[in-house]
Amino acid sequence: MPDILSPLPGTFYHAPDPKAEAFKKPGDAVAAEDTIGLVEVMKTFIEVKAEVEGTFDGYVAGNAEPVQAGDTLAKVR
Amino acid sequence: MAIRKLLVANRGEIAVRIIRAAKSLGIATVQVHSEADTEMLAVRLADEAICIGPAAAAKSYLSIPAIMKAAQDTGADAVHPGYGFLSENPRFARAVADAGLIFVGPDAATIERMGDKVAARIAAEAAGVPVVPGSKGRVEDEATAMEAALTVGFPVLIKAAAGGGGKGIRIAHDADELARLAPQARAEAEAAFGDGGLYIEKVIVNPRHIEVQVLGDGKNAVHCYERECSLQRRRQKVWEEAGAFGLSDATRASLCDSAVALAKAVGYSGAGTVEYLYDDASGDYYFIEMNTRIQVEHPVTEMVTGIDLVAEMLKIAGGAPLSLRQDQIAVTGHAIEVRINAEDPLRQFMPFPGKLTSLQVPQGEGIRFDHFLYEGYQIPPFYDSLLGKLIVHAPTRAAAIDKMAEALSTLELGGLKTTIPLHRALAASPDLRAGQVHTLWLEPWLAAGNLTAPA
Repeated sequence: MPDILSPLPGTFYHAPDPKAEAFKKPGDAVAAEDTIGLVEVMKTFIEVKAEVEGTFDGYVAGNAEPVQAGDTLAKVR
Repeated sequence: MAIRKLLVANRGEIAVRIIRAAKSLGIATVQVHSEADTEMLAVRLADEAICIGPAAAAKSYLSIPAIMKAAQDTGADAVHPGYGFLSENPRFARAVADAGLIFVGPDAATIERMGDKVAARIAAEAAGVPVVPGSKGRVEDEATAMEAALTVGFPVLIKAAAGGGGKGIRIAHDADELARLAPQARAEAEAAFGDGGLYIEKVIVNPRHIEVQVLGDGKNAVHCYERECSLQRRRQKVWEEAGAFGLSDATRASLCDSAVALAKAVGYSGAGTVEYLYDDASGDYYFIEMNTRIQVEHPVTEMVTGIDLVAEMLKIAGGAPLSLRQDQIAVTGHAIEVRINAEDPLRQFMPFPGKLTSLQVPQGEGIRFDHFLYEGYQIPPFYDSLLGKLIVHAPTRAAAIDKMAEALSTLELGGLKTTIPLHRALAASPDLRAGQVHTLWLEPWLAAGNLTAPA
């Protein structure tokens, strides 16, 4: 299955806010339109959609860590 | 004690601006930077640069311990906070002062006082500055609410006295509507905050945003006239002018004098801005808040007055008295600034942190471009999208708009999406040229397709 890639450079977040749970945890079902994380770019938060279906296999990029466009954010199997 | 070595606790274009002012005064400079900002222009221009942490602002530009350590390690004797980040954080100002260094700005107590909405409003009223008319404090029952609304005049805002974040705010256009909405507002306030107290405030319909630049040395204060900042998108200023258009001489004088009265009343030291809502219909103005720092749009004031505001800040912080009397400050012509952001105005202003492949800057008398760019620079995605500010100065407002249109036609930032197309469209707007704009004008203008329509 294809990995979920970052559409933009920025800071990747696993959860909608620091106190909330991560959007997905390993074993969760993933639908194409599901949000799996946020990329903060220039103070704007962009939702990252899975764009594939399957079972969530875990985040690759760390929470609140810098990412480049095209970096693998998470895996779906 | 004049400043010898200045630490710049900021980034981007304002860091470049501060370094240039420091150099003009013979002050050595230390530029702090995050791991993501090693290649920024200010790092290259400063005498020294020091890394203060990772890309995330919370761990670098917002970290008081990291910046204080950098100041100590480099032997800086002063800190300029710029705008944003820690510039209006009283704990930072206090930490700098407690370390025996000079904070370029007012003291922590002044920042704290003017940063508190209620305390600032009380200070303004005490100095005789008009504030938005409202009830005398909280109102406990509907009869008192009605009395207050009739006194200030409809339409009015009904707010929860204990509230915040817009919760419970309603607009009543007449007495019937107030009678219907006040009980709802009370019930909602009671449910949300456990306090049914209300506050009534006059609604200024389609207000303009006008602000006055002040300089103080702790004893004396002067103004450097006003700026018009009514063109805003999501409460962010987009296009700014000096001065405000269409003000009578009497209104301009009383507006500017009121800002000086407030600055004097609080013993203001440094550069500050007193912000007002302006009601075009009545010619009345009302204090909103005071910003205790240099502002993004300060260059328009510099263009029309010839004063270097950042250099003045450094001299005042170094202990010098104000270098200018009020009667030595005069306005010549009209200036306009536009903010060039790395955003695509044709795609809902989506950020565009790309690499600058080419840079063509308009040249000439009365044209200025404050920025932090060079060819090959990769714009980091971690901070705000402001790339630079294009500023023009001309004898009249109409000539300044023409000059802005001309300058925008030659400004080119290759490889990036920027807000240049927005400003080209604004410069061609008949409403803007006629001064028929206010703070709620730009967003509907964008929504109506004025940017995307073929020319």
